[in-house]
Amino acid sequence: MKIEIDRECCASSGMCVRAAPAVFDQDGEDGRVRLVLDAAPAQHAEAVRLAVEECPTGALALREDDEPAE
Amino acid sequence: MTAKASRSTAYDPIPLPTERRAPLEPPEALAALRSDGGVHRLRYPDGHVGWLVTSYELGRKVLCDKRFSLCNIFRSPSGDQEKRAAHAAAVRAPEISAGIMATRDRPEHTRLRRSVARHFTVRALEDRRTRITDIVRSRLDVMEESAQPVDFVETFALAVSSLTLCDLFVLPPSDRSGFERFTAVQEEPDASVEDKIEATLSFRAYARDVVRRKRAEPADDLLSDLIHAGDFSEDQVVGMIVQMLTAGHDTMNGTLALSCYLLLQEPSVWERLRADPAAIDNAVEELLRYLTLIQTGAFTRTATEDVELADVVVREGEGVTVSLTAANRDPTRFPDPDRFDIDRDARGHLAFGHGVHMCLGQHLARLVMQIGLTELIQRFPSLRLAIPAEDVRLYADDVLVRGVYELPVRF
Repeated sequence: MKIEIDRECCASSGMCVRAAPAVFDQDGEDGRVRLVLDAAPAQHAEAVRLAVEECPTGALALREDDEPAE
Repeated sequence: MTAKASRSTAYDPIPLPTERRAPLEPPEALAALRSDGGVHRLRYPDGHVGWLVTSYELGRKVLCDKRFSLCNIFRSPSGDQEKRAAHAAAVRAPEISAGIMATRDRPEHTRLRRSVARHFTVRALEDRRTRITDIVRSRLDVMEESAQPVDFVETFALAVSSLTLCDLFVLPPSDRSGFERFTAVQEEPDASVEDKIEATLSFRAYARDVVRRKRAEPADDLLSDLIHAGDFSEDQVVGMIVQMLTAGHDTMNGTLALSCYLLLQEPSVWERLRADPAAIDNAVEELLRYLTLIQTGAFTRTATEDVELADVVVREGEGVTVSLTAANRDPTRFPDPDRFDIDRDARGHLAFGHGVHMCLGQHLARLVMQIGLTELIQRFPSLRLAIPAEDVRLYADDVLVRGVYELPVRF
């Protein structure tokens, strides 16, 4: 799965961090979303889907891979 | 679809329902509106006819749709219109509404919010856990040393809320009176318009003094950052301080007080939380959903162009009020919604709103609730109300924020 982030849309709510702390973090400058460096989103698929759903501004989107995971 | 024709009731304006059957139930009439399409004509006290949204799905949609502006939040859906109009006229002046994030649209809102957001991240607030715990325990000590019955609001809920904010903003605890008085006057049903305007102005004077103090002695803290960044006018900085202090303490106070009030009437839940402290996280989400503190609705939105909402069209310039309490009791999202159930999945509730204006302090609120309630239950396992539950006085049904005037308890 691929996570698409629109940082312009992000309101620094941190809802994604609550839903999937292994995958999402907030940057130190203005609290906007950033991906945790060596996170493997596919291992936290359900939490990631929840994060996308809970995002209050629609800054997150998911693209499911067409090919099987490597 | 013949939805427009069959739902003619959507077009007869109604005032905001505020009457409840029981203190912690939403106003009775909301449920029927929600099942009948979830959007209806609303008559605001100032005579304007806009819309009331009562369904979860539509509520979420409105709150994150940028075609709705916050430019006219002073158009309240409830309350004494003459009083509100006079007060609103006084506080709407540009120098007074500057920096009040809740009243600003993008792009200005984005700049204001991002200038302080790093202090409100999940991690930044989690780092304050020890400090918050210390504040909570010190107030429990005061409760323990006080003659009984103790007023939970004054001694704990209000004190913890104000002291947590003083700690976060690095202000001396004695600053509490600077902002507590303002909200006390706003909540006071007999306060005159003059009282309220005076309280607003003296609150701003206090905030100006905070700016002066932080300028004179800058420190490594949120307010010093804000002031010294130099990105905002003095009025905007004063507004930000007013916004954060108001939004932070009255809501926190009300939430702690109402949570205690509810939990003291649910002994099996109280006992469960005592025996299983890990259950508090989910319990807090359910408390937030069930109590929905912002009771009359999210701040009034105004359509900046025509917007289709389900089977109606909101015309440009029309006001929209989203009933957060109705949305949080929507059975299509929360099955058996009127049941207080600390094990249900309450995620996605709208107690903190939605969209770019979603409560900036929400993680602080969660932390204070988790720590405050856990420590309270551990310290006073046999806490009980000192008066009958029905005698406890809650804020009036037509004020924006719910709360408790006084909560006498014994332990």
